[in-house]
Amino acid sequence: MDVLTHNFGLFRHGFLGTLALTGVSAAVSLVFGVLIAAFRVSPVPPLRWFGTAWVTLLRNTPLTLLFMIAVFVVPQILFPGISYFALAVGALGCYTSAFVCEAVRSGINTVPLGQAEAARSLGMTFGQTLRIVVLPQAVRTVVPPVGSLMIALTKNSAIAGAFSVAELFAQQKRLSELGYNILAIFVWVAVAYLIITFAISGLFRLLENRMAVTR
Amino acid sequence: MSANVLFDAPGPKARRRNRIYAAVGTLAVAGLIVYIVLRLNTTGQFAGYMWNLFEYTGIQQRIENGIVSTLEAFALAGVCSLVLATVLAAGRLSDHAPVRWAATAIVEFFRALPLLILIFVLYASVFSPFWALVTGLTLYNGSVQAEVFRAGINAVPRGQAEAAYALGMRKTQVMLTVLVPQAIRSMLPTIISQLVVTLKDTSLGYIITYEELLYAGRLVAANTVTPGGYPYVPVVIVIGAVYIAMCLALSALANWIERRGRRSRKGTPPVPDVLESVVAQSE
Repeated sequence: MDVLTHNFGLFRHGFLGTLALTGVSAAVSLVFGVLIAAFRVSPVPPLRWFGTAWVTLLRNTPLTLLFMIAVFVVPQILFPGISYFALAVGALGCYTSAFVCEAVRSGINTVPLGQAEAARSLGMTFGQTLRIVVLPQAVRTVVPPVGSLMIALTKNSAIAGAFSVAELFAQQKRLSELGYNILAIFVWVAVAYLIITFAISGLFRLLENRMAVTR
Repeated sequence: MSANVLFDAPGPKARRRNRIYAAVGTLAVAGLIVYIVLRLNTTGQFAGYMWNLFEYTGIQQRIENGIVSTLEAFALAGVCSLVLATVLAAGRLSDHAPVRWAATAIVEFFRALPLLILIFVLYASVFSPFWALVTGLTLYNGSVQAEVFRAGINAVPRGQAEAAYALGMRKTQVMLTVLVPQAIRSMLPTIISQLVVTLKDTSLGYIITYEELLYAGRLVAANTVTPGGYPYVPVVIVIGAVYIAMCLALSALANWIERRGRRSRKGTPPVPDVLESVVAQSE
């Protein structure tokens, strides 16, 4: 208990850091993920190939390696002087987007064939079919898997702490270096993560219930 | 597949439009790649001196050792996590409520915790880097795999267990002879995908100074001085390729097993009704 009360500022800083990192990376990964999924089902072959390459590369690379690239390579080559937070968002967002893409794509596959056929026979274009008919239905099936992806994202955000981004793991490391009892710090950090992940799973259960329809 | 559901076979007008999109898309993607390559070139990443380091046997040896350590941690953690998963899944399916609760609590706790934090705590308290990594990976992946096992056993049609009980089998027999063999078959691709995750997660050992592949790469890059600075780009390209190759090999195994499983179920040639039960048994 002492660890928490004496260092409440640090814990709050770390907690907010984890929240911010998770939130921004989640937004990035959802935007990229849906975009790449659209690429992967599009009638344009080069975009399909790009989508496939993106997903294959990112799904088979360890996140730690992506963080290493983000921290040691990207500033040197593309964006000199960019903040660690932005780099971490880039690594987490791109990594998760590959998984979001696959979830969305499998969601699209669950939409009954007749729906897309009907849309086409009404004369809708590919973009219209996807936007008006298929994606809104796919979203419902995609909500639960994306929920678990966001929880995984929250947990993965801990790696950012090892690369100098201020969040919960970074504070844990710092406090343990200051000589506090590692198990006591661990308990509070674990509780903080549980709060965030429970909030996310609650949010997604709510979404799932709101969107539930019988098909 | 899904690609064909969403759009018709394109007519002449659509073909022309798609060609334009394809051109624009290719240009955009190619532009992005060219830009990155140009930036790599202007920062001197393709210069010979940046890549020389891979010719030294010492550095080759170091990377090789890194690969071996990665595989060691992965193999031990993979086996241990499957054993732990079996125990936990059995616990979660137990008839005794306290056993069930305990197993559920363990599974939920280790699944909810970031793996890095678990590994770090083990490392900071008592363990050596290797054992911290292996224990952390085992606890986390064991919990995840336990859920996979449980889902697999629950997915076996109810009638199978009911029939076995009706024949007078005890629970252990029902599990071992009826449910588990069927569950393993349907769950094998998922189990292997999770093993890919385990393999990728060994790179967390980098953070607790376990000398696996990523750590070796970082060490090599940080200890080599070239006129163009530290050779992070060549090292990342080489190491990334090794990781991707290892993971793709495992994923390919999962895909192959999945295809085989599908083939034997769907692809059975039509047989007369009398023979069907025999065929079903032999499958």
